[in-house]
Amino acid sequence: MSQPPLLEVEGLSRHFPVRNTFGWHTGALRALDGVSFEVRAGETLGIVGESGCGKSTLGKALAGIHAASGGRILFEGTDITACSAVQRRSVAPKLQYCHQDPGNSLDPRWTVRRSLAEPLIVHSALTARERNARIAKILEQVGLPLTHLDLYPHELSGGQQRRVGLARILTLYPRLVVLDEPTSGLDVSVQASVLKLLRELQAAFTLTYIFISHDLSVVRAMCDRVAVMYAGRIVEEAPTETIFAAAKHPYTLSLLAAIPNIGGRRITDTFVLEGEPPDPVRPPSGCRFRTRCPRAAAVCAGTDPPLRRIAPGQAAACLFA
Amino acid sequence: MATPGDKLLEVEHLYVTFATAAGAAKVLDGVNLTIRAGEIVGLVGESGCGKTTLANAILGILAGNARAEAGSIRFAGEDLSAMPRRRMADEVRGRRITFIPQDPFGSFNPLFTVGAQSRELMKWKSPLRAPGQGRGIAGFFARYPRARRRADAEAIGQMLRSVQMPDPAAVAAKLPHEFSGGQRQRLMIALALLPQPRLVIADEPTTALDVTIQAQILKLLKQLAKGRGISVLFTTHDLGTAYEICDRITVMYAGQEVETAPVDDFFGRPHHPYTVRLLESLPRPGRELREIGGEIPRLIDPPSGCRFHPRCARASEICRRERPPVTSLGGAHEVRCYHPIEAAPA
Repeated sequence: MSQPPLLEVEGLSRHFPVRNTFGWHTGALRALDGVSFEVRAGETLGIVGESGCGKSTLGKALAGIHAASGGRILFEGTDITACSAVQRRSVAPKLQYCHQDPGNSLDPRWTVRRSLAEPLIVHSALTARERNARIAKILEQVGLPLTHLDLYPHELSGGQQRRVGLARILTLYPRLVVLDEPTSGLDVSVQASVLKLLRELQAAFTLTYIFISHDLSVVRAMCDRVAVMYAGRIVEEAPTETIFAAAKHPYTLSLLAAIPNIGGRRITDTFVLEGEPPDPVRPPSGCRFRTRCPRAAAVCAGTDPPLRRIAPGQAAACLFA
Repeated sequence: MATPGDKLLEVEHLYVTFATAAGAAKVLDGVNLTIRAGEIVGLVGESGCGKTTLANAILGILAGNARAEAGSIRFAGEDLSAMPRRRMADEVRGRRITFIPQDPFGSFNPLFTVGAQSRELMKWKSPLRAPGQGRGIAGFFARYPRARRRADAEAIGQMLRSVQMPDPAAVAAKLPHEFSGGQRQRLMIALALLPQPRLVIADEPTTALDVTIQAQILKLLKQLAKGRGISVLFTTHDLGTAYEICDRITVMYAGQEVETAPVDDFFGRPHHPYTVRLLESLPRPGRELREIGGEIPRLIDPPSGCRFHPRCARASEICRRERPPVTSLGGAHEVRCYHPIEAAPA
């Protein structure tokens, strides 16, 4: 572990301004509030949480789609939040973002060939012939026949569209890929083939993944480490086996208790967590989970628990962990 | 009243085709489905397998280009496919059979308060309303008798409390956008249960929700349905949620039901090759992912014989030639396959 991490995130924040009817700035929606983690080359880090917890904002901030409101992102040792636009663009081929819904993120009026060529035209100096050779090779690796090059996105199935979306980011040989909900909305059998493909591509291209998902069973199958987010914060981070075997944060435990468990006890008999995530514009004081937490005490309202080491490789943001 | 265990809904050999520009798509191909009184039945299958079409056929709201070619839908002793449209709309749809949609965001009218929408529902679908009341010229003058209006308002308040929405008066005065997704799905459940139906059709009611909210909604739905003895047809593509809530599961593939079994039997000893592959494609710890391979068949020219045979490792000559009949494997376990898998796969 002497190698420096591929990606270091320190205190990353992203606040969206909230305005009233007159356009006055009345507050901030803290979508990301001081998030820190590291990703080492070759590993898969899972980011899980419910909708609105800030996991997609995190992915987009890493990819440069959202500017950070605070904090630093160090990619291969350089701070990409502080560098110039030209420098940032030179990082883009190595740090790619894969959209949640490729059906809507592919241009409906472009053929697959044109969509795949675009990143190469922007970011590389390849000739048209070299581009075509690269595209053909990538397309084969994502498991699509060459005949699909001249089809339009609407002529492809959901699974095939995801493959094209993946091919599109792989043409530049990235090092780190942010996968935003890569299997949401897919049937289980298609999901299985997409997950298998992601693993094969990771080996073939020596990729590092940041795998954003709300589905814990998928994260368990894919990730080496997991970070659990709640209301803009990371509340627990640990190796995947530890999260599933010995999670310490009450929110992580509730998330685990909510997964349908085929063959086991029914969650409809056992699940106890009440309420819904807080309004991100007006989060509760102190610990943000305390309004739903079964272990909340008076001290939780006054102290905002920091993410602290509780075991080797495991960190949790809870006073009682 | 039927006692629990009686057959409430019986769909037999239902064929539905859709006229499309490319030809007639055989979306339902001889489907059978039984729901007993008080039972929660899961209708599981991948997108395009026909589960929504089956739900719509039961409710009598098939699309304009769809046609029920053959088969019967018997509900509480009556044949719904032969029922006059007006009676179906007046007494069955939204009254004895209600519906919980997949998307709680798009299913409310954004311009009216939740209270106004539930009162409108009760005006026409209240269990206290006599059939035909409020229709025609006579109805114009005595549309909504005051006594019934009071009783209905009381029922709405009670129902909001039983779906765990505190303070019914405040809830009723709010517009749909003021609620979160989970709360809106609770309200949808309330609206579906207000007419005191015998059967609720829930079309993927939790797919748009987060896991913790999904767990809350599943728990609520199960508790309310079991408490009131209401049958539920729960369509989903998620085998996990089906395990949590259902008593019995029917799996559909390309317009046919391929396997039906009580829930523990279904997950413990699946027999149809498609079911087995579907269960294997779920990510589970300590096991490699297996995909099914191949693609879902086109419904315009489906494969001959068994519709699953092009993707099936056990397919033989007869599977290509003739469609397998539904056979019982003892108990309530039924499967549509010539070569069902006998032992549970390791």
